[in-house]
Amino acid sequence: MQLAKNKIRVRKGFNINLEGEADRILVDLPESKTYGISPDSFFNVIPKMLVKESAKVKKGSPLFFSKNNPRITITSPVSGSVTAILRGEKRKIIEVIITSDNRNESETFETKDYVKLDEKSIKELLLKSGSWPFIRQRPYNTIASPEDNPKSIFISSFSTLPLSFDYNFCLKNNQDEFQLGVNVLKKLTLGKVFLAIDNTSKGFFDKIENVEKIYVEGPHPAGNSSVHIHNVDPINYGEKIWTVNPEDVVNIGIFFKTGIFSCKRTLAIVGSSVKNPKYYNSSIGTSVKNLIDFSNINYKNSRLISGDILSGKQVGPDNYIDFYSNTFCAIPEGDKHRFFGWIPFVDNFIPSMHKTSLSWIKSNKKKYKVDTNLNGEERALVVTGEMEKVFPLDIFPMQLIKACLNQDIERMEALGIYEIIPEDFGLIDYGSTSKIEAQKIIKEGIELMLKEVG
Amino acid sequence: MKILREIIDKVKGPFQKGEKFEKFAPAVNAFDTFLFVPNHTTKYGSHIRDAVDLKRTMVTVILALLPALIYGIYNTGYQYYYQTGEEFTFLDAFIHGSLKIIPMIIVSYVVGLTIEFGFAVYRGHEVNEGYLVTGLLIPMIMPVDIPLWMVGLSVAFAVFIAKEAFGGTGMNILNPALTARAFAFFAYPTYMSGNKVWVSEASNIDSISGETILGSLAAGQQVDFSTSEMFFGSIPGSIAETSTLWVLAGGLVLILTGVGSWRIILGGFLGASIAGILFNLWGLNELMSFSWINHLFVGGLAFGIIFMATDPVSAAQTVKGKWIYGILVGVFCILIRVFNPAYPEGVMLAILLMNVFAPTIDHYVVEKNINRRKKRWALNQIKTA
Repeated sequence: MQLAKNKIRVRKGFNINLEGEADRILVDLPESKTYGISPDSFFNVIPKMLVKESAKVKKGSPLFFSKNNPRITITSPVSGSVTAILRGEKRKIIEVIITSDNRNESETFETKDYVKLDEKSIKELLLKSGSWPFIRQRPYNTIASPEDNPKSIFISSFSTLPLSFDYNFCLKNNQDEFQLGVNVLKKLTLGKVFLAIDNTSKGFFDKIENVEKIYVEGPHPAGNSSVHIHNVDPINYGEKIWTVNPEDVVNIGIFFKTGIFSCKRTLAIVGSSVKNPKYYNSSIGTSVKNLIDFSNINYKNSRLISGDILSGKQVGPDNYIDFYSNTFCAIPEGDKHRFFGWIPFVDNFIPSMHKTSLSWIKSNKKKYKVDTNLNGEERALVVTGEMEKVFPLDIFPMQLIKACLNQDIERMEALGIYEIIPEDFGLIDYGSTSKIEAQKIIKEGIELMLKEVG
Repeated sequence: MKILREIIDKVKGPFQKGEKFEKFAPAVNAFDTFLFVPNHTTKYGSHIRDAVDLKRTMVTVILALLPALIYGIYNTGYQYYYQTGEEFTFLDAFIHGSLKIIPMIIVSYVVGLTIEFGFAVYRGHEVNEGYLVTGLLIPMIMPVDIPLWMVGLSVAFAVFIAKEAFGGTGMNILNPALTARAFAFFAYPTYMSGNKVWVSEASNIDSISGETILGSLAAGQQVDFSTSEMFFGSIPGSIAETSTLWVLAGGLVLILTGVGSWRIILGGFLGASIAGILFNLWGLNELMSFSWINHLFVGGLAFGIIFMATDPVSAAQTVKGKWIYGILVGVFCILIRVFNPAYPEGVMLAILLMNVFAPTIDHYVVEKNINRRKKRWALNQIKTA
């Protein structure tokens, strides 16, 4: 699969062309009245609150820290006051809500001379400002632990997901900040910083220096960091690799340029229930209501998703956009019956990666309007080989899923659980004949690994 | 459609959760989901799902089986009229065959689905579609003159012992349809071999008889069928396996729709060809010197490889494993044919044998992947140490 050095051609995979992709238009989203941070956005973070309700916070003021590693703090994306700390069962914190005071007050940090700073002080600045959670680690995709020295850092500059996000377009005015962010990250590893670039549309990322570039082409999941890591610098037992989203590299860059915590978040508001899908300049923690009000979403009888369509989280109008999400999808709910819809080669308006539907004939050009119908019922695993077709790693996906179901830690480890994250199983979920929930199974497997092995 | 939907929703009322007949919901749901793809929406993971489901996959297999079945029905009539010497048209042959075979299919479905529905209600899960294929396969691989009660008994044995005892669809080790045939083969050998079972009415009318080509060869007799007759299928044999042409047509459907593994199919024919050629060179007995090409056309080899060896549950599951499994099915089929005159047709036993070994093949394929990973880890430790 790996061609020359630093060139990857992915063959196994599938592109789903959906209606409702964002036009290349970037507009400002009006400021949200309230902002929300959900501890659930951060995998394996058990929050310990640092503020009480009605406390005043500035942008960059700490809200809570992780019990697993108290150095990791999550800070406020806006200045204002904490209006609510919503709790669920067993008093679990679900959401911290901050009402903006429109004053734009921020905590400031001394970052001007970052070039002279050593690794330790850079980490300290990132941790204190709340920029640290931008860096996530493999295995497991948790927030990186600041005590580690990763063997390399991976940035994937493109997405191959359905209704994908175009970083090249959204960050084209932030090239300098991106370069600055890369330079900072370079100080955090003894190894290389890898930048994966779409070989068919390189854009400004090709001009970035101080990185090792990987050129990738092929269908989804070619844009997933797991694919790049697996091909270029595979993870071994005990090793750590860090990943950062391109926009968060920019955020880190802005932070070191200005000394102010940057939580810029460009949102692609997409899906067939959105009238004019486009990109919006926004901030982390924006409220869903704010989006609905300004972006022409037909949200009644629609599924609202914070994140991408294959792995995102279902949200309601009262919720907030997930910390890491840069996509917001709205598609129709599919709670309707289809008469004899299971007959092969009928209902070809539903995209299918299987040849028992004729939708593949035009699938390269045609854009499909999809809903959330399961298109069948859950069944025992019968069909084999369908997972491997969309899983371009040298890992046996079905065997790994079964190991996770059996909670067999040793086998999960042997089959490569360190090299994947649930999102890599998005297409497996999608294409499963037996309608299994692979991402959920893998997530539970990883949670077990975290609990038992750590 | 709306009216039909309303009627179904009304009928389903007493079967809903918390209602009187809640336990029998799987049985009613099976009929409902046959008419309508349900209105279930995604809850976890991917918010959108492919149009494929198990019903669609299984029905594709049934579509692939139809050419062979239709020819089998015709051939049943053809063999009968050919022996009696009566004048007949295509329709006569087809009607004669239908009268013999459709009752077998009905018995197979009624017995099998009754047990499946029973288990679904007992276990509280939905009825799986797997039996739609198994239930059609079983009559297709039986001799035409087998009594209906034996079909029913074989079906019951296969569903109970080969499938449900292991936990139901997806859990079985042996292919259920072949288990049914193996059961009948060993329990009632006189109805499953010899020259009085393969032609319709042979068991009732003295003047009618007919041995399969492999049976004749095993008995050391010459066969006077041409290669084209073997390929097109106007020969005595189990109901739907005689015509290699129409079996291959079904195989094409399976390969083009991706429902059947082309690796297993190709591997199977490859393995049988290689074994056939080698035995041709050796040539100790009638079966060894029987041309390898004819070996591919006679008996259930093509049918077995295309429709039974590709059963994803009982076959190997890894890509490499499928190649190995397929090739070995082909090799063992010819091996059993050639060396064991008591079992002139080897494909049934070859597939059942490989069903048992499929998990072992997969184990070694997966183990290789695991070792590659562990080796990388070990190398890395040396590097960093």
